[in-house]
Amino acid sequence: MPILEGEGVTKHFGGLAAVSSVDFKVDEGEVVGLIGPNGAGKTTLFNLISGALAPQEGTIRLNGQDITGSSPHKICRMGLARTFQSVKVFPNIPVPANVMLGSLFGTPNRVSSADAAGETAELLEFVGLTAVGATPAKDLTLANQKRVEVARALATKPELLLLDELMAGLNHTEIAEALELVARIRERGISILMIEHIMKAIMSACDRIMVLHHGEKIAEGTPQEIAASKKVIEVYLGE
Amino acid sequence: MVTLLNMVIGGLLLGGLYALIAMGLTLQYGVARVLNISHGEFIMLGGMTTWTLYTVFGINPLVCLAICGPIAFVLGFGIHRVLFRRLQASAPSQGAFESSSMLASFGLLFIIQNLASIAWGTEIRAYTYLAIPVHLAGAVFQANRLVALGCAVAIGVAFYIFVARTRMGKAIRAAAQDPATAGLMGVNINSVLALCFGLGAAMAGAAGVLISMIYPVHVVMGMPYTVIAMIVVALGGLGSIPGSFIGGFVLGLVGSIVAYMDPGLSLVAYYGIFILLLLVRPTGIMGR
Amino acid sequence: MPGLFLIVLLLLAALPVYRPGYKVILVSSILMYVILTVSWVIFSGTTGYLSLAPAAFFGVGMYTAAVLGMALPLPVVVVLGGLASSCLAFLVGAVTLRLRGIYFAIFTFGLVEFIKNLLLWWEIERTGTRGRFVVLVDNNTIYYVMLAILVMTVLTAYFIRRSRYGLALQSIGEDEEAAVHAGINVTALKIVTFAISAVFMGAAGAIWATQLTYIDPYIAFNLNYSFMPVLMAIFGGIGQPYGPILGAAVVAYLREILITEFPYQYMLLLGIILLVAILFLPNGLVGLVERARRRAFGGQRANT
Repeated sequence: MPILEGEGVTKHFGGLAAVSSVDFKVDEGEVVGLIGPNGAGKTTLFNLISGALAPQEGTIRLNGQDITGSSPHKICRMGLARTFQSVKVFPNIPVPANVMLGSLFGTPNRVSSADAAGETAELLEFVGLTAVGATPAKDLTLANQKRVEVARALATKPELLLLDELMAGLNHTEIAEALELVARIRERGISILMIEHIMKAIMSACDRIMVLHHGEKIAEGTPQEIAASKKVIEVYLGE
Repeated sequence: MVTLLNMVIGGLLLGGLYALIAMGLTLQYGVARVLNISHGEFIMLGGMTTWTLYTVFGINPLVCLAICGPIAFVLGFGIHRVLFRRLQASAPSQGAFESSSMLASFGLLFIIQNLASIAWGTEIRAYTYLAIPVHLAGAVFQANRLVALGCAVAIGVAFYIFVARTRMGKAIRAAAQDPATAGLMGVNINSVLALCFGLGAAMAGAAGVLISMIYPVHVVMGMPYTVIAMIVVALGGLGSIPGSFIGGFVLGLVGSIVAYMDPGLSLVAYYGIFILLLLVRPTGIMGR
Repeated sequence: MPGLFLIVLLLLAALPVYRPGYKVILVSSILMYVILTVSWVIFSGTTGYLSLAPAAFFGVGMYTAAVLGMALPLPVVVVLGGLASSCLAFLVGAVTLRLRGIYFAIFTFGLVEFIKNLLLWWEIERTGTRGRFVVLVDNNTIYYVMLAILVMTVLTAYFIRRSRYGLALQSIGEDEEAAVHAGINVTALKIVTFAISAVFMGAAGAIWATQLTYIDPYIAFNLNYSFMPVLMAIFGGIGQPYGPILGAAVVAYLREILITEFPYQYMLLLGIILLVAILFLPNGLVGLVERARRRAFGGQRANT
């Protein structure tokens, strides 16, 4: 059964179609990649799914429930979490509290402070951030800020996680660590939809890849199929 | 029919002034990012100075326009250099600058108003200039109001051409779009911001001169104009120059119609429109 | 810190006994500014949404006392003043707090002039009067009611700050988009917090009106009551819970002295103080205190 399903999802800005009539789905336990050149509408699609923007046409369902145009906090509590392309941590809030916010507010049921603190400690360990203590998030390196963001997203106990360019701006070692983190998130039974520009990473991490171009879905398939697709190669090399 | 015409022309006359005031604030907020709460105080300074120049020295108010405008410009330019540029340099983010500059403009409000009350006292001042009735399509207006509208529109159009056609105008538009990139592209960003703040102050000063030709002036007259300017700027879409020009006339028309029914309710009506706009179209008439 | 607060509170409670008369009214007015400032910080200090509406809430409280003061017992009037302001804040928040912060600032700024004009029109057109007399209350009662409101304001601010909602409010101030995606219902939280902060402003207005004995729209809806709390909070510094209290107490006392000593220049002097504070004390008095403390105890946390 698909955990996320979209039909004919469309968003215009003024006269410009940022996302036009895109169908998509993510099955339970699947890792799906979303690629395409700059300005293809990838982040807009993420914003539509997470509720930051409302689509003009089309429907989006999470676990069979219609979430089209719902507000982000509701969608989050229904089991969908995300990270951002330009990393968004709470800069002056200590790292553990950054993560704890997710578990205090991101789930449908009320979580006690003690439980939230326990989950936070567990997640900080999971993403490899035990050594930072109560440092304000702004004092971390970019790679570590991204880990905070992932931990905060995981704290909301998502069934589906949207990762927007988790690996952008990271060095080789950090990319390898991020890939390993994605694999471990998957082992927790969380489905993933990820935008990524680093082809090697996306080819190895994903079960299936979708390609957006000028707001339209131009290809979809296994990494091997996408790598062999003439249309995709044209889009990346042409123009 | 005649009353309707009366209201429309009256609204245009009022709208010209509002448009001028709002364009000044748009420059200061849209480009320099200062939501200037002391905007009305520059209007007051223009009005009070004109009163002194006319009643004491016998200088024609239209000549005062050429005196008060440049003085207000220099004042605004200097204030940006001394105060807002420093705030901009030390602010950690654009949002932090917007709040701190707005707070600093409170300080300016206190200072300017207090200095003015030391200079002019708290009495209401008025003079008569060109109070000649003019017949216009069956309605009667005083000549000074027509002159004020003419000047307001002339200044507005001149400014629009300046922004649309000159090199400096291009720099202003670039800075309004994206200060960081404009800086990279060789625009001296600090001068452009100071220039815009100064031009905004000059427009307020000029509006003050025109207002003093029609209405009595006093040192606490500024605040309602600041409120009106902010409403017009929000109405037109924050930062849009044509938006505030149109918004000014819209509000002027509304003000004229409401004033015909009950003058005490003008500001209440402006606010009502503002609320309606926020509910229906929160990005303003020309906003995206 | 709570210990210090308790000692100051006991000293304040004993004040009317050992210094009756003039000082009681002076300190009442300082307490009033502390209430306005602390309640302003509850919402605006954390979320970064700049409210210029304190004067509106304060004025609504004043008018509540003027209208109901003769008919109802004082505690009821004070509570109703707070509730009336809170309802207004709820409405204002519902209209504006979904939008960008700058609209909120503009809207709250115009709100005071709007209510003032509406009331003036109403009084001239409908009741044919301007202004009202307010029920007389003795100075010590005013003082103790003000002190009680202050205690409640500070306790509320303290508990919100310590709770999960305090953390959520701070996260809104730092990155609202991230906050809403972490599952925080930011709109509801903003509206409710704004309404809570207005309760204390309205209650303070209701009791302060009895001290003035006569009010009209110009007295009740004076924009200075919006500007002063902002000035005081910035001057004190909002980085620490005691900053706004310190700032309000210092500036309110300073204001009192300036008005008596320089009645014609006091606004000028306040304006200069504000500009100096913004330019040279970015973290307010608290910043100075913390810097001194750090210098005294030495050492800095290492970066990670």
